[in-house]
Amino acid sequence: MVTHTDGSRNSATRAPIQVDRGASVIRFDNVSKTYPKQNRPALRDVSLEIERGEFVFLVGSSGSGKSTFLRLLLREERASHGAVHVLGKDLAKLSNWKVPQMRRQVGTVFQDFRLLPNKTVGQNVAFALEVIGKPRGQIRKTVPEVLELVGLGGKEDRMPGELSGGEQQRVAIARAFVNRPMLLIADEPTGNLDPQTSVGIMKLLDRINRTGTTVVMATHDQQIVDQMRKRVMELEKGRLVRDQSRGVYGYQH
Amino acid sequence: MRAQFVLSEIGVGLRRNLTMTVAVIVSVALSLGLFGASLLMRDQVSTMKGYWYDKVNVSIFFCNKNDAESGNCAKGAATQQQKNEIKAELDRLPIVQKPVVYESSDQAYKHYKEQFGDTPVAGLVTPDQLPESFRVKLKDPTKYAVIKSAFSERPGVQEVQDQRDTVEPLFNLLNGMNIAALCVMGLMLVVALMLIVNTVRVSAFSRRRETGIMRLVGASSFYIQMPFILEAAIAGLLGATFACVLIVGGKYVLINNWLAKKIQVINFIGWDSVAAVLPLVLLIGLLMPALAAFFALRKYLKV
Repeated sequence: MVTHTDGSRNSATRAPIQVDRGASVIRFDNVSKTYPKQNRPALRDVSLEIERGEFVFLVGSSGSGKSTFLRLLLREERASHGAVHVLGKDLAKLSNWKVPQMRRQVGTVFQDFRLLPNKTVGQNVAFALEVIGKPRGQIRKTVPEVLELVGLGGKEDRMPGELSGGEQQRVAIARAFVNRPMLLIADEPTGNLDPQTSVGIMKLLDRINRTGTTVVMATHDQQIVDQMRKRVMELEKGRLVRDQSRGVYGYQH
Repeated sequence: MRAQFVLSEIGVGLRRNLTMTVAVIVSVALSLGLFGASLLMRDQVSTMKGYWYDKVNVSIFFCNKNDAESGNCAKGAATQQQKNEIKAELDRLPIVQKPVVYESSDQAYKHYKEQFGDTPVAGLVTPDQLPESFRVKLKDPTKYAVIKSAFSERPGVQEVQDQRDTVEPLFNLLNGMNIAALCVMGLMLVVALMLIVNTVRVSAFSRRRETGIMRLVGASSFYIQMPFILEAAIAGLLGATFACVLIVGGKYVLINNWLAKKIQVINFIGWDSVAAVLPLVLLIGLLMPALAAFFALRKYLKV
């Protein structure tokens, strides 16, 4: 099951898409990423594997390559070297028009929530379903369900501006989870929240994780990482310097 | 794809950029109006050419007794013998299409009456003022010089006239106007395209939140781009509709109500030519902005 890549991304041979050999949701094989016009790679020779159902913290100081890592997962960027497999698909071989299909199976949550300010909470969640062409009846059924799940039952008609930061983040999580994705990527989801609210968000993410969704979360929040005792991967200057199951944030703080 | 969702997006987009949209509509309307007009003008010129070139001859006019003072006609009206000689020679020339038609003064007067009808000038002309002539039709209309050199110096011949000479300047003028119209159209088209590209850019920028989220949740690029492209296409179609109104109005006011009443000798284009041009204008008005938007999106909207 060794994948050889020679760095040529547009190879015409399209291997049949391998689905879920074993249970690996994310697989990096010697991945490096150098942005154009830059000498120093943002990621260097990273190899790792994340199994289905895992909860993984991605830690590291600013500029260590966390964002690049997440961008590679979403195929916002392509690896310069090495192979990135997400949900069993080699992203280098994934043609452009199939990328949206892949992204539907990956939920994303950001520090700045990214809600539409002129739509209600319900409409914000429904938007994610509308734009991938889900039928109206199904949307009407699933949106209240998922809002209930994130603890916002009955707040469908509120505007995002009327909600607290924690509630807004719950809306964003509801939107990310409404498709029941296999993988949830969270980029500092608690970065804008106070510690108490953050705990609530982490409980929610943990609950989502228990439904079988793999969660990858980039964070700077030492307290949370130390409390949760989940797998921790640390990046430093683009290298994967630590990968512990049941780890803590770090020693050097 | 959910039509209602897309339509509401388009409505929002067009309203948000109202001034820009109006500018696009106006410039598309003007450029396509000019485009249609120049197509119609070309139609007009070619029908006129067909009509006139078919009718025009080389005419050999003979002296009549009224113009005795000038050159060849110094000896008075042409004699029957002179006419017969010229007729015989014309019949021998291979470039001449037989039969050569003789037009007497009376016939010339009749034709004149037909053409100018009841205008005041027509009342002043009498048959004996109009010269007799041979109407020579050439197999190749450009060989006119042969006839001219052979007969213009003959005694009794007043003038050899190629009627093409009288209509050619008109055609040249019309063609010149047509080229000018096309140039203006080209400029307007460039302006319209630049406006569309800019509109799409502004539109994409003002909706970057939405499109960013759409991208994240896995909307297809087609779905993300469609509202922008439809927006441009709708603006273009509105412009094209205005262009059609301009063309129809122009034909009605300019040709039907004005020129056709003033100038009866010209066979003006009918509504059928106009009807043939309108679908083309609409089609271009729809496709061109859509294409421009599509290419603009590749630059301004990451999907």
